[in-house]
Amino acid sequence: MPPSVATSDLTKRFPGITAVNRLTFEVHAGEIFGLVGPDGAGKTTTLRMLAGVLSPDGGSATVAGADIAREPEAAKARLSYMPQRFGLYEDLTVAENIRFYADVFGVSREEREARARQLLDAAGMSPFTTRSAGKLSGGMKQKLGLVCALIHRPLVILLDEPTNGVDPVSRRDFWRILYSLLNEGIAILMSTSYLDEAERCHRVALLHQGRMLYCETPVELKRRLHGAVVSIVGHEARRIRAALGGAAGVLNALLVGDGVHLVVDDAGRRIPELQAALQTAGLVFDRLEEIEPTIEDLFVAATSKERKP
Amino acid sequence: MRLHRLIAIIRKETLQIRRDFPSLLITVAMPLLLMLAFGYGVRFDVQHIPVYVYDREGSQQSQDFLKHFQASEYFRLIKAVDNYPALIEALDSGACRLAIVIPIDFSERLSAGGPVAVQALVDATDNNTANISLSYSEAVAQTYNQRLHLDWIQRHGLNTIQSPLSVDTRTWFNENLESSANIVPGVIAIIMAVIGSFLTSLTIAREWERGTMEQLVSTPITPLELMVGKLVPYFVIGLLDTVLCTALAILWFEVPFRGQWTVLLLSCTLFLVVVLSLGYLISVLAKSQLAASQAALIVTFLPAFLLSGFLYPIDQMPAAIQVITHLIPARYFMTILRDVFLKGTSIPFLASDLLALALFAAILTILATRAFHKKLT
Repeated sequence: MPPSVATSDLTKRFPGITAVNRLTFEVHAGEIFGLVGPDGAGKTTTLRMLAGVLSPDGGSATVAGADIAREPEAAKARLSYMPQRFGLYEDLTVAENIRFYADVFGVSREEREARARQLLDAAGMSPFTTRSAGKLSGGMKQKLGLVCALIHRPLVILLDEPTNGVDPVSRRDFWRILYSLLNEGIAILMSTSYLDEAERCHRVALLHQGRMLYCETPVELKRRLHGAVVSIVGHEARRIRAALGGAAGVLNALLVGDGVHLVVDDAGRRIPELQAALQTAGLVFDRLEEIEPTIEDLFVAATSKERKP
Repeated sequence: MRLHRLIAIIRKETLQIRRDFPSLLITVAMPLLLMLAFGYGVRFDVQHIPVYVYDREGSQQSQDFLKHFQASEYFRLIKAVDNYPALIEALDSGACRLAIVIPIDFSERLSAGGPVAVQALVDATDNNTANISLSYSEAVAQTYNQRLHLDWIQRHGLNTIQSPLSVDTRTWFNENLESSANIVPGVIAIIMAVIGSFLTSLTIAREWERGTMEQLVSTPITPLELMVGKLVPYFVIGLLDTVLCTALAILWFEVPFRGQWTVLLLSCTLFLVVVLSLGYLISVLAKSQLAASQAALIVTFLPAFLLSGFLYPIDQMPAAIQVITHLIPARYFMTILRDVFLKGTSIPFLASDLLALALFAAILTILATRAFHKKLT
């Protein structure tokens, strides 16, 4: 069976920057594939090219068997694209938005009603069909976007940070719907900057400045990070990093929102040493503990290794 | 073109228009407002020009002469003053547009057989009114002269003489010479230009601004389907507005309608296609609602207002401007509207104007579909 999405050296340049640089990957039917990376890594640009709304400058890509450069309209009939910014009509109701996208793809009335009922139930949105899309919460909006994207049974769905700013309950609904689709043979390509979401993907591609660093399963990706992450929460983050950045066993030190993340070779052995070092230096902190690596930790470890080959 | 996609867009646009109160208000209130404003506000007939007089003699004869001004519907005597400065002040302040000064020896010189000069000072800031004031004043003086002649002839026992030459006038098409008959049909063209281009100028720009376009262009919708689907609701609104305006023109302003309904409908359809696709084209190019709506007003409303023959007859314009008017679609529609309402002209006489509109419609629809690309830039 040919891949649902296949790119080969896909490239997009904007004035002064190569947003996507020779990207090559494949997504298969029944697979959730994650594009992971910080802002500016090229995730959105990649998805836009695959959705046929942006022309590539080099390389090629096929979506559901159609070449996106030569026959973009054929690809568009078989894919659904959910942009990062809410793309539905806020002045239309939930049901009217669904009807519009169903009509655009020529879905029959019976099919639309059955499919919408099933999807809305799964999304927990059945009571809200007559509500204006603009009056929905952020999570509801994203779930409605997914319902509209799925109403015509596409072969490939492209989701750009679909759960950004979405409450945990809605995120759970969202993922339940995504998994239920896999039986239908859909290929799902999504971008995310959340690591916990990247872990739910079958495979992820880690992007940095338009280039792919790794493309593998989340387990393999995490194995890239040698050691463990220790989080130190405190006000004097900069001084803490300065004091511990060069300590024994510390591979990497990263400033985060509420403190510092240290990548260490052995958490059990280093945590007491770090506590002692901070006390000696007279630095106060609120909490010091081992945590699950975040996407940032992985990313920093990966890019720093890349810088020092 | 796929019917299901076209209908989907028409349905969606109609729902959005119905929920957009400002747009709805514009489609109903604007035609009414413009019809009333222009129907009552724009008049080329000059009437009741305010007049001050300075009668330096104050004799029975001078008052008799002034009564001729009073009797004319063109003038309204507001005040008699007794010095020049008061007269100058009235002209300066705009209290009057015409000042009449009767000389101190008016009746004396008249009985001596003249000549006697009555002074007329006119405020010519509005040259049109000034011209008309002057010729009406001369006409009043002329009438007065004739009466003096008749009196003289009768006093001397002579028979009255008939003037050998006279012009026998008959006004056609607008028998009562009312400017509303000229203005009101033209207002329909202005209203359609505004409704058609202003509202559609927002449609594409709005989708870009609200972020709905990115998802829309990722579907198999074609540019032609998008354009036709978006314009159909506005076309219906435009036709309804035309019916509303025509009804107002005939029933309220009592403008005669002598032509054929089919000609009116055909020309309105063509003109609507022209302004709708122009508005759409602007919307595609502008990508922001503010820029698009301003461009639409400048490109359609102003030329329709100034260069279509609505306010000034085209054959009285400078030659260079006359050439430019050929590029203004409203020019042809204006001619057709006035002819259909007042003259009852049939299609063969309007063929060239209808053809010009059809040509504009064809060019603009092609440009509008070509200009839209299903890509982000």
